[in-house]
Amino acid sequence: MDDKDLGLLRILEENSRLSAEEIATMTTLTPAEVQVRIHTLEDAGVIRKYTTVINWEKAGNGEVSSIIELKVSPERDFGYDRIAERLSRFRQVKTLRLMTGTYDLQLLVTGKNMQEVSRFVSEHIAPMDRIRETATHIIMKSFKENGNVLFEEQEAERLPYSF
Amino acid sequence: MRNFISERANGIPPSGIRKFFDLALTMEDVISLGVGEPDFRTPWNICESSIYSIEQGRTSYTPNKGLPALRETLSGYLKQHYNLHYNSDDEIIITSGVSEGLDIAIRSIVDPGDEILIAQPSYVSYAPCVSLAGGIPVPVECTEADSFKLNPDKLQEKITRKTKALMINFPNNPTGAVMKQKDLEAIADIIIDHDLLLITDEVYAELTYEGNHVAAGSVNDLWQRTITLNGFSKAYAMTGWRVGYLCAPKDLCEAALKIHQYVMLCAPVMGQIGALEAVKSAEEDKNTMVNEYRLRRNMFVSGLNRIGLPTNIPQGAFYAFPSVEGTGLSDTEFAERLLKEQRVAVVPGSVFGSGGDYHLRCAYAVSRKKLSEALSRIETFINGL
Repeated sequence: MDDKDLGLLRILEENSRLSAEEIATMTTLTPAEVQVRIHTLEDAGVIRKYTTVINWEKAGNGEVSSIIELKVSPERDFGYDRIAERLSRFRQVKTLRLMTGTYDLQLLVTGKNMQEVSRFVSEHIAPMDRIRETATHIIMKSFKENGNVLFEEQEAERLPYSF
Repeated sequence: MRNFISERANGIPPSGIRKFFDLALTMEDVISLGVGEPDFRTPWNICESSIYSIEQGRTSYTPNKGLPALRETLSGYLKQHYNLHYNSDDEIIITSGVSEGLDIAIRSIVDPGDEILIAQPSYVSYAPCVSLAGGIPVPVECTEADSFKLNPDKLQEKITRKTKALMINFPNNPTGAVMKQKDLEAIADIIIDHDLLLITDEVYAELTYEGNHVAAGSVNDLWQRTITLNGFSKAYAMTGWRVGYLCAPKDLCEAALKIHQYVMLCAPVMGQIGALEAVKSAEEDKNTMVNEYRLRRNMFVSGLNRIGLPTNIPQGAFYAFPSVEGTGLSDTEFAERLLKEQRVAVVPGSVFGSGGDYHLRCAYAVSRKKLSEALSRIETFINGL
């Protein structure tokens, strides 16, 4: 991993649909070099996936997302790892993090509607061994996701010419 | 009734792009590469600190020199980043943009008849400011053959007994040229030998793409005869805030301060508070913008060369300066027809003085999407010639 790799990652993070040719004109690399480096980063698992930032609210699919805080009793020898890995296997769990502070694990869970999320939490998450407490927060509206604002911003006005 | 307009005001030539400006305003769907400012918004932490200060009622004058905290922070920043040692008490003035800094610097050193050398192509206000102060602007041409750097021999040729100072601006608007340590050392000897003063406008210092910016005042013994001008507009996307600074040895700074206190009193306080936040904690935002400019530069310049407009790779600022000599059109004709026929606004290089003929200043401070659209429109235009 060198500066050129980091540069590539920054470019791809912002727009993963650019072609190797387009990336090459923006950097000092040839298209072939760009391709080789990207493949290496993919193989190393640094690049996990190419995805799209979607404003689901605008897409109107009516999905409900919630943040779920869990207080968990860690296991001897394994800490939080095993329970976190188990929770990760649920399709409904989109994001899972171990946190400092007043609770341990934080989950982002999505479902078709409130009932589905609530059923999932009460039937699958809350009864699991070692989970001592859950707190579910429904997301009312998302304004920014992973550095991308989801509301319309006016383009700043600039003069056509200035020195 | 008498004609009340002064001879000095009359003597200033009208703007070279007024007609383009008026025309562009009446047109739809224009991609403007004619702008001399970032397309980014000011980082929000800067805006927020300024808003908060207004809420707190900090809306009064500041000391003439500027807020002490801003001068102290800048003094440390300049030492750390550019090896420039200016005392925050009496060697730094916060100005209303570099434009004001330039004006007070010139007025504090120019007597009627003094010749002031200006490395050109240059920002459009240098020569008029010298004339307004009663001085005589003398261009020193920086040519494409020298990568638009200031050539020591050409500098030497223009020096007369009346020469008092030299004005430079690197990274350069409009060429994007930079002067490295050895380039500055070569002109330093001449400046010192002829006992000249140096005014260096380094507003694009932070936008240097290969290696680090070298401040002219840090080279050899230039410091004692250098006025350094800089500001926040370009690096932190703060053009509308109007905050810059002038740094000079105490006696020069005191002279400039006398003019500043009568013409400006102080730079706007909200701007100064925003600027303080910028130096203290917008490094990351600045780096993100610089990285993006670098990508755009590479993409845009390789595009210009591909479509047949030979372009040096600019080392700083956010301007490409392609040559249109091969098209058979002058820079003004090219710019005018490109605007009318393909709705792309660029600035003819001759506006920036000697050495700018047959070139265009294209600012790449616009999104990559717009840059590629501009490239394809320029290509269509060239193919139709």
